[in-house]
Amino acid sequence: MSLTILLFVLLGLSALAFYLGRQRAVMAVGGELRRLHSLPSYHGAYVAIWCSVPALLTIVVWAVLESHVADFLVVGDLPESYTGMPADAKGLLLNDIHNLANGLNTGGNIKPAVQAAADNLVRYRAIATAALTIVALAVAFLGLLYARRRITSAFHARDAVERALSILLIISSTVAIFTTIGIVLSLLFESIRFFAKVPIYDFLFGLQWSPQTAIRADQVGATGSFGAIPLFVGTLLVTVIAMLVAAPIGLMSAIYLSEYASPRLRAITKPVLEVLAGVPTVVYGFFAAITVTPMLREVGAGIGLDVASESALAAGLVMGIMIIPFVSSLSDDVINAVPQTMRDGSLALGATPSETIKRVVLPAALPGVVAAILLAISRAIGETMIVVMAAGLAANMTANPLQAVTTVTVQIVTLLVGDQEFDSAKTLAAFALGLVLLLVTLALNVVALRVVRRYREIYE
Amino acid sequence: MAQGGDQIETLGQEVRVTFKLDERRLRHRHAAETRFRFYGLLGIALAVLALGVLLVTIVAKGHTAFFQSRVVVDVFFDPALIDPEASGDPKILAKGNYGAIAKRSLSALFPEVSGRRDKRALTRLLSDGAARELRGMVITNPGLIGSSQTRSLLVSDDVDMLRKGHISRDIPETQRALSDKQLAWLDALAEEGRLKSSFALGFFTSGDSREPELAGIGSATMGSLWTILTCLLLSVPLGVMTAVYLEEFAARNRWTDLIEVNINNLAAVPSIVFGLLGLAVFLNVFGMPRSAPLVGGMVLALMTLPTVIIASRAALMSVPPSTRDAALSVGASPMQVVLHHVLPLAMPGIMTGTIIGMARALGETAPLLMIGMVAFIVDVPDGPLDPATALPVQIYIWADSPERGFVEKTSAAIMVLLAFLILMNTSAVLIRQRFEKRW
Repeated sequence: MSLTILLFVLLGLSALAFYLGRQRAVMAVGGELRRLHSLPSYHGAYVAIWCSVPALLTIVVWAVLESHVADFLVVGDLPESYTGMPADAKGLLLNDIHNLANGLNTGGNIKPAVQAAADNLVRYRAIATAALTIVALAVAFLGLLYARRRITSAFHARDAVERALSILLIISSTVAIFTTIGIVLSLLFESIRFFAKVPIYDFLFGLQWSPQTAIRADQVGATGSFGAIPLFVGTLLVTVIAMLVAAPIGLMSAIYLSEYASPRLRAITKPVLEVLAGVPTVVYGFFAAITVTPMLREVGAGIGLDVASESALAAGLVMGIMIIPFVSSLSDDVINAVPQTMRDGSLALGATPSETIKRVVLPAALPGVVAAILLAISRAIGETMIVVMAAGLAANMTANPLQAVTTVTVQIVTLLVGDQEFDSAKTLAAFALGLVLLLVTLALNVVALRVVRRYREIYE
Repeated sequence: MAQGGDQIETLGQEVRVTFKLDERRLRHRHAAETRFRFYGLLGIALAVLALGVLLVTIVAKGHTAFFQSRVVVDVFFDPALIDPEASGDPKILAKGNYGAIAKRSLSALFPEVSGRRDKRALTRLLSDGAARELRGMVITNPGLIGSSQTRSLLVSDDVDMLRKGHISRDIPETQRALSDKQLAWLDALAEEGRLKSSFALGFFTSGDSREPELAGIGSATMGSLWTILTCLLLSVPLGVMTAVYLEEFAARNRWTDLIEVNINNLAAVPSIVFGLLGLAVFLNVFGMPRSAPLVGGMVLALMTLPTVIIASRAALMSVPPSTRDAALSVGASPMQVVLHHVLPLAMPGIMTGTIIGMARALGETAPLLMIGMVAFIVDVPDGPLDPATALPVQIYIWADSPERGFVEKTSAAIMVLLAFLILMNTSAVLIRQRFEKRW
């Protein structure tokens, strides 16, 4: 029985359990519902929970263990000649066996031992699925019977169900923590493996980025170089260009919208900015590659400048457009939070509106605006698709916005897209870059938060 | 008295003098004011202009992809090429030589063309999809075999691009995708009214292809659908339950502070890092399948979780405490208060936040690249475990393709994606306007 069918059967069984529990509760008091501690549906829910939850846990544990056990058995069944293999080769062999068992053509001639192992794997999987079906259904039935027996008129079914629900609530609230732990551990773990191959100093301060790994050990240029400074410089360049676009435009539009604009203009413009924020980044990337880059090249050729076909300028400009709504909506909130009395006071002294904004409103809103810009920078650094499609792959160390540069995110994508050996320094480097990216964006966010907390003026 | 009057006059003069100075300054200050206003308007105008240019270029490049060129020919469904023994067996029908039938029907219009090379050049005007279309016709209606029918067949991408004006006739023949002879044949066809444009249904139904005229967003759309479905089914229950716990039950202590800090940090993590998490944990540790929408949905669910939680908490917070107090006072348990009263009242807000989160997930590309959803997918995926790609990833793949025809396809796919996003966001706004209560 496939897993989907099993889950549906379990669902049906739980519905039956609900019905049985409910009926049993009604029967227990002879239809006089007043005498029940809890409403009949709580009894039903109680039985349904006992029927489904243990069975589901069984399925989950089984699914996690199954592949490992099956692999272990398959490897154990392999002939003597395979047992002494190094770990890498064993992994490859296991991969072949899996592909064969999944009916994929691995190409080349298949050794009989491998074919036999694949057949074994198929057999083990069939046995495991059959056994899982029996065990899971047995657990479900036992749970149903146990819970149904406990139902009496005085049974506190509602308390039990609510306890189960609150446990579920607590578990789901820990998902956020586990996600963070997962991100940090996976990045850290792979990065440590990377730094075992490439010294951390070379990675952080190296000036040469050409991530090749050799197919043979004696190849020329076998080591590759993993100096990430060119990537940091490229990221910085694109981010600076983006902020040069986004910060003034975003800030000025926020000021105009909150201080000058008529309600009608506000009602039209705010949604437009929101649309700008809602456009997927891949669309911006396409726009940068297909419209902005040729335009820049033409303009560049017109004034005698040579613009590369993938330039930091194009990527930065478009990324700036993407970030405008981010800056403007955050600044808008901050500017609106400045109390009206301060404006009134300044205007009453004879200051013009723009003087009021420059001398009174903006200084009061400054921590918030700085935080908004810091958050926008962290957004720009982590942005991927625009730079992948428009900034290029060449790891140039340059401050010239007309040249192609590459960024941290571009390299993560390039290193990991396509078929890769998972243990090579090349793929591991992507995780080290990811770790740097995570740390920098988190640091920016923490600093932004600090700036707001520390320097915010509190108005009563 | 006279002295006094003098003073007043001097005073008046002084005032007049300072007033004169002020007028100049005032002009300056007012000019600065006007400039400042102008900069503000300029900022807004630039932002709106950028959006306008973006949308206009996409639509201008993409709208032509919804129509495709076809050529009307008389097709003779030759039994000898399809089913020589008249068995009627669908398996044999499926294997018929439809390519030859398509080529013959076009060659029949130009009896004067002779020589292998010219004939090849002529039949290359047809798309490879023409044979597939004929096969489809025969399989749905085997009665066609042996008959002669007037049918329109798909032409190659180059012809399509020429008709849409993307291939210039002025460039030298050696650099042109179509030769002079081919152009002459096409002109002859056009004169007879045999070339026409029709709605490109295949764009919506078929999967990816190396031939631009055959490539469609069908499989990518289904892949996106499965991905978003998984994402929805995971992130909404988890997000709402977390929000309920934090907002309604949890005491404020270090534990809940930790959870809150985590949620806020996750909201700031770049999306590509979630892709790395998916690759390292879901694929490499748990051994889940590569390129599967299930894994994509799980990664996107983790990514959208903060959005859903924050929106749900805001919605729960906006339900007035009096509602809770009233329910508690008539004997409801805290869980009943939440399930029967607070959650239903907060539902519109939760739904709005959820839809906005899902819209963001629908447009997300980078994490899906990490878990191998960037693949050449021809078949429409049937479930969340089939290899699939997603709409934004398809856009990325096509944007990288060198063929001229893919520019139009990419823009059209973007139009479809934007249409979905606009639909989702509009419905979110409508739900907010229609159902959200303000207390």
